[in-house]
Order: sequence, then structure tokens, then C-alpha cells
Amino acid sequence: MAAAAETVVSQAEPEVLLAGHGITKRFGPVVANDDVSVELRPGRILALLGENGAGKSTLVNVLFGLHRPDAGQVVIADENVELSSPHDAIARGVGMVHQHFQLVPPMSVVRNIVLGAEPRKLGMIDVTQARRRVLELADRFGLGVDPDAAVEDLPVGAQQRVEILKALYRDARVLIADEPTAVLTPQETDHLLDVLRGLTDQGVGIVFITHKLREVMAAADDIVVLREGKVVGTTTPDQTSEAALAELMVGRAVDLHGDRFESGATGVGSAVSTTAVPDDDTPITEAAEQPVVLDIAGLCADDDRGQRAVDELSLAVRAGEIVGVAGVEGNGQRELVEAITGLRHATAGTVSISERDASGARPRQVTVIGVGHIPEDRAKHGLIGSYSVADNSVLNRYFKRPFAAGGMLRRDRIDSHARDVVATFDVRTPDVESPADSLSGGNKQKLIVGREFSDEIDLLIAAQPTRGIDIGAIEFIWRRIRERRDEGTAVLLVSAELDEVLALSDRVAVMYEGRIVATVNPRTATREEIGLLMAGAAPAEVGN
Amino acid sequence: MTVTDGAGAATASADAGIRGWSPQRMWSVAGAVVLVALVWGFYAWDGAQTTAVLGGTVRAATLLVLGAMCGMIGERSGIVNIGIEGQFLMSAFTAFTVASMSGSLFLGVVAGVSTGLAMGWMLAAMSVGLRTDQIIAGTVLNIAALGLTSFFYDRGRSLGQPKYQSIELGPLADLPVVGTALFNRPPLTYLALVLVVVLHVLLLRSVWGMRTTAIGEHPGAAATVGIDVIRLRYWNVTLAGGLAGLGGAYLALESVGTFTRAMSGGRGFLALAVMIFGRRTPLGAYAAALFFGFTTALQGQFQLNDTFDIPAQFVGMLPFVVTIIVVAAAGLFGRMRDPAALGQPYEVR
Repeated sequence: MAAAAETVVSQAEPEVLLAGHGITKRFGPVVANDDVSVELRPGRILALLGENGAGKSTLVNVLFGLHRPDAGQVVIADENVELSSPHDAIARGVGMVHQHFQLVPPMSVVRNIVLGAEPRKLGMIDVTQARRRVLELADRFGLGVDPDAAVEDLPVGAQQRVEILKALYRDARVLIADEPTAVLTPQETDHLLDVLRGLTDQGVGIVFITHKLREVMAAADDIVVLREGKVVGTTTPDQTSEAALAELMVGRAVDLHGDRFESGATGVGSAVSTTAVPDDDTPITEAAEQPVVLDIAGLCADDDRGQRAVDELSLAVRAGEIVGVAGVEGNGQRELVEAITGLRHATAGTVSISERDASGARPRQVTVIGVGHIPEDRAKHGLIGSYSVADNSVLNRYFKRPFAAGGMLRRDRIDSHARDVVATFDVRTPDVESPADSLSGGNKQKLIVGREFSDEIDLLIAAQPTRGIDIGAIEFIWRRIRERRDEGTAVLLVSAELDEVLALSDRVAVMYEGRIVATVNPRTATREEIGLLMAGAAPAEVGN
Repeated sequence: MTVTDGAGAATASADAGIRGWSPQRMWSVAGAVVLVALVWGFYAWDGAQTTAVLGGTVRAATLLVLGAMCGMIGERSGIVNIGIEGQFLMSAFTAFTVASMSGSLFLGVVAGVSTGLAMGWMLAAMSVGLRTDQIIAGTVLNIAALGLTSFFYDRGRSLGQPKYQSIELGPLADLPVVGTALFNRPPLTYLALVLVVVLHVLLLRSVWGMRTTAIGEHPGAAATVGIDVIRLRYWNVTLAGGLAGLGGAYLALESVGTFTRAMSGGRGFLALAVMIFGRRTPLGAYAAALFFGFTTALQGQFQLNDTFDIPAQFVGMLPFVVTIIVVAAAGLFGRMRDPAALGQPYEVR
């Protein structure tokens, strides 16, 4: 065959590394994959693009042997195969870089990589040999890691490299990377894309799952777009655009950036100030004249392990502005939000809300003085899964009139309130008596937003408000947050998604190791500058 | 060990369980030095009594360390075993009964170890196989052991032969201070000492030990690299039961020489404290066991020779009071983190 002509790598080079032909997978009545076909060739990066629930994960789980397809054929290295478990796939050279790293945190890098396939000497681990092989691999593929460090001490980007090395150690010719950039800074993302590029130069093929259009355009050779379990488009970056891909993914035109600059006429915060001075604490919008609603001074808080996570942090949020906190996860954002909302004990500093001292306030006191909180973990802190939609819709004030009187709950009032929330916030649920657990992620989030927004609030704390939900729901929630801002609510937005921070914020505070290292104007700062700040570069180095 | 930037030192630092010189380690080494000095002083002052206390220390420590090793294998695999008390008691009973009926101490030991294995397997079946709450599973063992041994207890039965006797290890037994305490002991004590060292190396250096740590910390990750989590947990919990079984046999056939109702007397629970205080390593646990054993022996000696005019009940409290103080103090030095998946049943997807 002609394929031999260009083959320099090896003669045994297969034509197709990994493919699924006509894959159909049902879970009960739900068709997760409907006659899906994809093909990965050596040295190429195949991007699987789609919203949550589009069937990307199901597809790779079938290709990796975690699920058996109801119909269709999996092909690995030109051979039709039946996979009964991931080990079959691994044995055939398919490796998975999991979204949630499959690493043992207290063990060293070397031990994590060789675990399950250890070089041994008399039943003992041959540490010397294990170390040598890991270093060889790291060197060959340009994946620098400290082989003796405990994985838990490494930054996320390095842990991911360990995860990749783990697959390569098992001679993977195909790497399936499941949302690999979700936890990375822009710089780490660029580095990862370089690493993946380097792997393809050595003949490895990569399946790259994502919903981030920019990365697809930057890194992919082939693009397959999935929607509702079906392939709705197969293309390459040269033949398409981000807008076209977004439309394919969602099934209609999407506008996520729209009103940030244009529709400012309605409210205080969103008006554009062209004379903005990028001075650190001066808000760049007209919110500058508005009263300070949230005033944090010298706040300190420890994380769960007793290490200082929030370090003498000061920040002010005025009425009618959205202040976005950008930062790589784990730099104290969670502890900051918890300290403000009374879920965590602050070790020093003050928090005042609407000119009232809220330092050390309990969560209910914080709620009562007019704070809405969209918590980071909706399942753990946002909703009580086994409670009905109706009960969840009043979790923050079931004890107040009109929902309670004389210590008894007023069912009728609660139900009618819940029906209002469901209608106004487009929560898709059969009825308000259904348990909250039965809702999809996006609808759960809309229920939380609806609950928090249906009371008078002066301050909204929104932590990761759109994590893991579909674009339609993101668009909806973003619009609601902007409306609130325009009505004069102060908003503190904490998000690991830089795109979200940039799209919503009037000011961006970059958080690194428990401090706000810089406050920048999202209209003038570039992603790269913010990315450097997020990675700990001093503001002076970043320049303006 | 000096810390260089070379391979060896750094590798050791990342091994679970062996870290650099933490404050805890410095404190324990300092404590050990003080203790050795004290013991030496007492030995010079009153050799016979010091030897008696040290002998009692080792005797009490042997049972505790066997239980602690049983517990740590389980916990490192992610399974809490609070049934050690029951495993001790049941094995002591079968070891005694078989030795008494057969006239062979060795057969008694075999019976005790087998009983421990069987009870370990039962714990595994409940907490690994059926995913029962692990505390309840352990409690089942304790209650069952107490009930069965009380029911079948035969007041009139005796061992019919002397219990295991001391074996002098040549010139080693003539060493000052520790000679008699360590090298003139009965056989099961020696066996336990060997097991401590062997298990320490295996847990921290072997493929088995590393996989065991992996299934206790992140069973999902272990499963993705082809380790059969359920199977390994079954094996570990079962085999660990054998160690507790040996402890029971030791109690009946070497330490006491008979069986009495509820003779384990809470030492299966104390073994868990020893395990935690020893940071889930066999050598650490042995150090902790010696410490707890020392308080027990001291208490015994006080009661024996009436040094102080204190009611026996108060002297008898000594080991337990010390346990409370030490465990509380250990908390001040920073608690050791439990294996991340401890107590969580693992379910194959």
C-alpha cells in the first residue's frame, strides 16, 4: 500500500490506531451514542467536541473498554477487537489520561508510574530500574518531572505529566485525554498542547476531549462534533471557525459575549468607561461612585489541612459591579468564599457587608443581611438532593415568613414560591415535588440561582456558577448575573474558567497563593498577562 | 541518614511512611534516649526488679504488636478492623482447647492462627464482599467471640502441660540490661520479633506493600492499572487475621498458660492505639507497644512489691491513664493522616 512510502517510524505502523465504527450505546431508554464513527490515525490529534451529555465520555469509555457497545465495532491498530475491560485496551497500547487523575497522592512519582507493572527483584520493587526507565521516558517525550517527589506535592500540571508518563510507561500508542485542560492555567494549557504535539511527532495518536473551542482550533488535526449522541460534524481547523463549531455543538447560534460592552445603557455597572485608569483599587466603571458593599480587609483563613490558604487578603466590591476572582484552583479561592459566607472560620481580618461587620458571622446571619451565595459544589453545599425542588427553593429562608409561621412550614406558600422560581428561571422539572437529585446539573444550578435571586440581596457571591453545565444554561445564568449587577447588586465572582471571569467581570482580581496579586481591567488585559499573574509572576514582570 | 540530593535519600523521603526527620520523629528519638538512660540507671540501682519490669514489658508488647500489625495491614488496605479483640479471644480459646486436647502446644498454635485467618476472612467477607459498615463488621466479630467462648468455656479444663518456656539465645542472653528481657524468651516472642522486621520491609519496600498502600489510598487508581482491589483486600484482611490469631495463641499458650473468660481484656482495642501511635509501621508499632507494655509491667511490679501505699485499683489504672495522656499528646504533635480510602467500601464499576 501507498502508506509505506511515507513511513519513517516503523514498518509495523498501523494505518488506523483506534477507531469506532457505528458505535451505538444505550443506557435504558437513553441513547448515549447513536451510530457514531470516529477514526484516529498515527501522529494525529483527534478532538472530540461536544457539550456535557453529548456522548463524548460514553464514546471514549467504549473505546477504552469500560462500556460494551450495543452495536458497532472497535478497532485498535487495524484489528477488530472486543474489549471486556480497560486492561484489554491498555494491553493493546491505548492509554487514558483521566480528568480526575488516577494517582495515589502520598506515593512518589516513580512509584505511581510503575504501579501495577513494577520492575522487581525478589518481590521487592527494583527502585533503581524503575527510576531509570521513568527518567528515560520523561527525557524522550520532554515531560519533565521530579521522579522522587510525592505526587501530592506537585502542581496540577506536573501531576498531569505523571498521568501521561503512566500511559507511556505501558507503551501506549494512543492517548485518550479526557478534558485535560479543565484544571490548567493558560500557560500550562499551552505547555500541554506542546507536549501532545511532541508525542504525535513520535507517532502517538491522541484523542482529545474538550468543550473549549480555542484549544480545538489550536491543537486538533481532525475534529468530530457530537450532539445528543450523534456525530453532527467532522471537519478540520482550516475548514471551520469557532463560531461554526459552537453552532454545531449547541444546534443553534450562541452568543456568550454579546452584551458585555454594548448593552450598558440599562445599568450602572456595565457602561463602558473609555477613560479607565488601571489603578489597582479604582473600579474602572461608574461603580466607582457607588457604595462599597463587600469590604474585606486583611482576611486570613486556613485550609482543611491547617495551612494558611487566604493570606491577609483585602478586596472591595461596590454596588453595581462584578469583581471576578481569577486564579488556578487551590490558591485559596474556596477558603475565601467560605470565610466570607460564614462556612469557615477566619483566623484574622475583617469582612464587612453593607457597612455592617460580618466577621465571624454564621451562615444564616450572612444570608439574613442580604447575601446570596451560589456555592462551588452544588451537590454538597447548594442543594439537598433528597429534598424536593420546592423545599430546596426555600433552603435559605424556610424559617421566615411567609414560608413559616409559628414554627410550622406553610406548604402552600412554599409550593407556589417554588413554581415561581421554576417558571422564572426555566428549571426543567416535571413538578416541584420531584427530588432535586433528579434534575440535570444545569437545572440544579438554575434552581440555586433562582433561589438566591428571588430575595432582596445586596451582594451575590458566585463560586464556579457554571461548572459542568451546558452552554444553554451558562448563557442563561450569565444573563441573570449581569441583570442583577445592572440592578445595583454587588457581585463577587470566583471561577476557575478564565473565559467566564473575562466575559462577566468589570474588574478582575487575580488570586495567587491566598493573595490578590493584581487587579486588572478585563478590557485591556490579555489572557496571557492574566495567565502569568495566575502562575505567580510579579505584576511588574507582566507589564501593562 | 544525611540528606543529599542523590537518589537514595530522596527516594526514601517519598515512600509512604518514611519521611525526613519530622518533629514527631525527633521527639520520639529524644524520648527513646531518655528512656534508655533511665532504664540503665534503674538497672544499676536494682538489677532484679528492672529485669522483671523489662521482661514484663516485652511480654505485654508482643501481644500488642501482633494485634497492631493485624490492624495496620487492614487499614493500609482501606479496611478498619476493630474486631482484633474478638480475634484474640477466639484464637486464644481454640489454641488452648486444641493444645489441651491434643497435648501439643504446636497444634494449639496452628489452631489459633487458623482461627485468626478464618475470622479475618469473615471480616473480609462482610466489609469487602458485602460492603457492610466496617465498624459493625468488627463489632460482630467481637460479640460473636465473647459469646461463643463464654458458651463453650470449660472451667475444669487445663493445659495439662507447661506453657511455652524460655529459650536462651546463647551469649546474647548474658548481655546486661536487655539480655534476659529480649534474648531469654519463649518461642512465639521471637517469632513475633522476626515478623515485625519482615513485615516492616515488606510493607515499605515490596511490590505487595506498595499495592496495598495504593488500594488504601486510591482504590480507583489501583484498579485502572490492573490491580484487583477486591481480591487484594480479601487476601490482606484474611492474612492479617492470622497475625491476630498468633496473638491469641501467644496469650493462651505462652503468656498466661490457660484460658479464662474474656481474657483478651481490651488489649485488642489497645492494639489499635498502638498501631496509630506507631504510624501504621511495624517498627513504629513495636516501639509504641513497648511503651504501653512498659506501663503494664510497671503497674504489675508496683502491685507486687507494695512500693507505694496506693490501692491496687488505682495502680491498675496506670496503663489506661497513660494511654489517654499519650494519645492526646500525640494529637498535639499533629495527627498522622489516615489512608484516604479508609473505611470506604470499594465497588467495581
